[in-house]
Amino acid sequence: MSIDIAALDTFPKLLMHHARVRGGKPAIREKDLGIWQTWTWRRFADEVRALASGLAAQGLGRGEHVALVGDNRPRIYAAMCAAQCLGAIPVPLYQDAVAAEMAFPIQNAQITHALVEDQEQVDKLLEILPQCPTLKHIYYDDPRGMRHYAQPEVASYDSLLAAAGDNFLDAEIAKGRGSDPAAMFFTSGTTGAAKGVVLTHHALIDRAKVAAEMEKLGDDDVVLAYLPPAWIGQNIFSYAQPFVTGYCICCPESAETVMTDMREVGPTYYFAPPRVLEALLTQVSIRMEDAAAPKRWLYRRFMAVANRAGGALLDGKPVSAFDRFLYFIGNILVYGPLRNVLGMSRVRVAYTAGEAIGPDLFRFYRSLGINLKQLYGSTETSVFVCIQPDGQVKADTVGPAVPGVELKFTPERELLIRSPGLFKEYYKNPQATAEAKDAEGWFHTGDAGYFDQDGHLKIIDRVKDVGKLADGTLFAPKYLENKLKFFPYIREAVGFGHGREKVCAFINFDIDAVANWAEKRNMPYAGYTDLASRDEVYDLVRECIERVNADLAQEPELANSQIHRFLILHKELDADDGELTRTRKVRRGHIAERYAPLVQALYDGSREVHVEAQVKYEDGRTGTFSSDLKIRDAKTFAPQAAKRAA
Amino acid sequence: MSGARRIGEVVLSVQDVSLAFGGVRALQEVSFDVREHEVRAIIGPNGAGKSSMLNVLNGVYHPQKGKIRFKEKEFAEMDSHQAAAMGIARTFQNIALFKGMTVLDNLMTGRNLKMRCNFLQQALWLGPAKREEMENRRAVEEIIDFLEIQHIRKTPVGRLPYGLQKRVELGRALAAEPRLLLLDEPMAGMNLEEKQDMCRFVLDVNDHYGTTLVLIEHDMGVVMDISDRVVVLDYGRKIADGTPDEVRGNQKVIDAYLGVAH
Repeated sequence: MSIDIAALDTFPKLLMHHARVRGGKPAIREKDLGIWQTWTWRRFADEVRALASGLAAQGLGRGEHVALVGDNRPRIYAAMCAAQCLGAIPVPLYQDAVAAEMAFPIQNAQITHALVEDQEQVDKLLEILPQCPTLKHIYYDDPRGMRHYAQPEVASYDSLLAAAGDNFLDAEIAKGRGSDPAAMFFTSGTTGAAKGVVLTHHALIDRAKVAAEMEKLGDDDVVLAYLPPAWIGQNIFSYAQPFVTGYCICCPESAETVMTDMREVGPTYYFAPPRVLEALLTQVSIRMEDAAAPKRWLYRRFMAVANRAGGALLDGKPVSAFDRFLYFIGNILVYGPLRNVLGMSRVRVAYTAGEAIGPDLFRFYRSLGINLKQLYGSTETSVFVCIQPDGQVKADTVGPAVPGVELKFTPERELLIRSPGLFKEYYKNPQATAEAKDAEGWFHTGDAGYFDQDGHLKIIDRVKDVGKLADGTLFAPKYLENKLKFFPYIREAVGFGHGREKVCAFINFDIDAVANWAEKRNMPYAGYTDLASRDEVYDLVRECIERVNADLAQEPELANSQIHRFLILHKELDADDGELTRTRKVRRGHIAERYAPLVQALYDGSREVHVEAQVKYEDGRTGTFSSDLKIRDAKTFAPQAAKRAA
Repeated sequence: MSGARRIGEVVLSVQDVSLAFGGVRALQEVSFDVREHEVRAIIGPNGAGKSSMLNVLNGVYHPQKGKIRFKEKEFAEMDSHQAAAMGIARTFQNIALFKGMTVLDNLMTGRNLKMRCNFLQQALWLGPAKREEMENRRAVEEIIDFLEIQHIRKTPVGRLPYGLQKRVELGRALAAEPRLLLLDEPMAGMNLEEKQDMCRFVLDVNDHYGTTLVLIEHDMGVVMDISDRVVVLDYGRKIADGTPDEVRGNQKVIDAYLGVAH
């Protein structure tokens, strides 16, 4: 069998293989009308064949691009494979992108066919249709609200399935080569315009396979697909890896039900960016604060034990017999039930990636006995570059290179990668391709880092973001921000300091956590903006900052990065306003520009600053908003005073 | 969008209905009709008799005079059980859900009239009872899907915010698969976003299920946007009847709303 699999160099070939050897095993589950519905591999293959025939009849040809817009649904993945069967290239787009953001990828890739989830997405595409002359066919999955659409471009997904005859299809599938482009992902673009990253079948399959072998993934594993399919991180776990190993993916009912669905499904293989893990921890913290006193006591006591012993037990390091005993009791009383609530009872391997994770956050999950590990990779590298192997997990590194990957650094500490998983090119952008990938095939990541003494890769920040304070000491803003964000009350932070004499920060608090906190204190409030102007909230945030400062004071090279002044932003940073990327990373440059007067006020010593901002509503209208923001000082610690303060 | 929806024959007509509580004359010789598949609004200032009219339609109040014709049958007064059996469902101005029960259970109560098995069969979970439960659960799940309330399926209604409770109430009324749905101020007390959501659901119900809707609403923007025809009541009398545009320009309506010097 293994010889067989190695010869399967494209995704459609892999699918047909699974349909033959494990046709009766579940491939995709979706919760529909409250019940989990299963597609077996055979059913999946049948769907793909029917759909591919339909698309072929609609004129989809080799080398053309197909847009896929929707949440995780079996049919989105079927469409992805159907396009690949015909030698067309699927281009998944973010389903929450506004219409204008979709225009560029469609124009750039000259997309002719689009398969979308529902009316909302159809409306967006129809809106930009005049700017996208190549787009001729739009197929929708969910017929709700679609009855009165008379546009000639619009047709239902079901209508595609009716096409007759798929005899030609096997020949088409056989024509596919591993070196063909398999998919194109548009990078979220923290810098400049989005670029279409072209990945070949070979690159994706090779990396998926190496990682699956490393973690011994098999066809009994289960994954919950809950992040946007347009993100490579989700796509690799819910498309490339199941196609390589034959495991089952589960699609939640809706974005709001993910927590419940996760408990029902009990995934064994889990992937979450730090942001999601953070949100989960915030929820746990809030619920624990609401619990009765004995429960709170129990939680505190046993979490202290877990902190001491949990991670070590997971790593197979020596732990005293007494701690082992306490951990055993704690597992029955606290950790087990907590894992169950989080839906992580069955998790065997969990990854976090996408951005740096706060060490405390990371330790929390590991101490509960969840095998959370760090992963390093990007769209351009088909994700897997570094993975922490079991037993060698550290909070501040991303692990050694996985087999097949070579790493090296430039003198500026920029990480370079050479790997079989590297992208082919940026679509129609040879200049950007040449900048990112040099003649010898090294990919320039833009990430700054170094190897620690065990040969693990450690990423500190983006090369362009790592700066220096006026006195020449290192300033890595992300490092500070992550420390702040570990506090449940703080959702987002943006640090400033490059070329300045001290560090200042913008803060977004977590509305759920702070609202709960305010309710406990019988503080009436109207919403985020109202809370953001309260002195009590400022004090709460200040305490968090001061604790971070005390921490920083203990790290000699970062002691100067303590935060001196801060303000709480009047609104939450939002991807719709361009302040975050669609994967919710802070767009530092844009924020500094947009809020330049605020940054200046942080440094000129004023106690208050007037802000007048333009707000973009979800329906596209804009309005203005004005208010006075307070600026407060935080206590900083001299390096030697650190011990006492902490 | 509403252009493609086919408005049919008259399904309900009210002729010269009068209702009095002692000396208070809540309705005086009011007549109007409702056509199949249309959205019919009843508007009017406070105390105009709007809710009384709705209560007459589903048999909570019994008028002293007049006739109601529904589905080719004529009644001097409706009986509430009979009204429900004939396919008239309603929501209330003040939410009337079972607060301690989950959303799912609340919606299941809306299926009450569709359940035929007796107490014993259900208690023993016999075949027919089980099948019936599954059929009804399926119907309810479709409504949950339709109203996008999957995430609160198992949440007790009392813990939900007001806007969602209103949506659940609409769901319960829909669970009865009504032919005529009476909505008593479905958007009262909602913020703009909740109102927009609710408008969308009301229009979707009308479009998707083809349900005929009679709604009372105070928000003029909403009424003018979503209804096909509007009846205006003032002090228990009908003062205008017609399309939103006709009603908007009617001097009597303007006087009733803005007041007039006597």
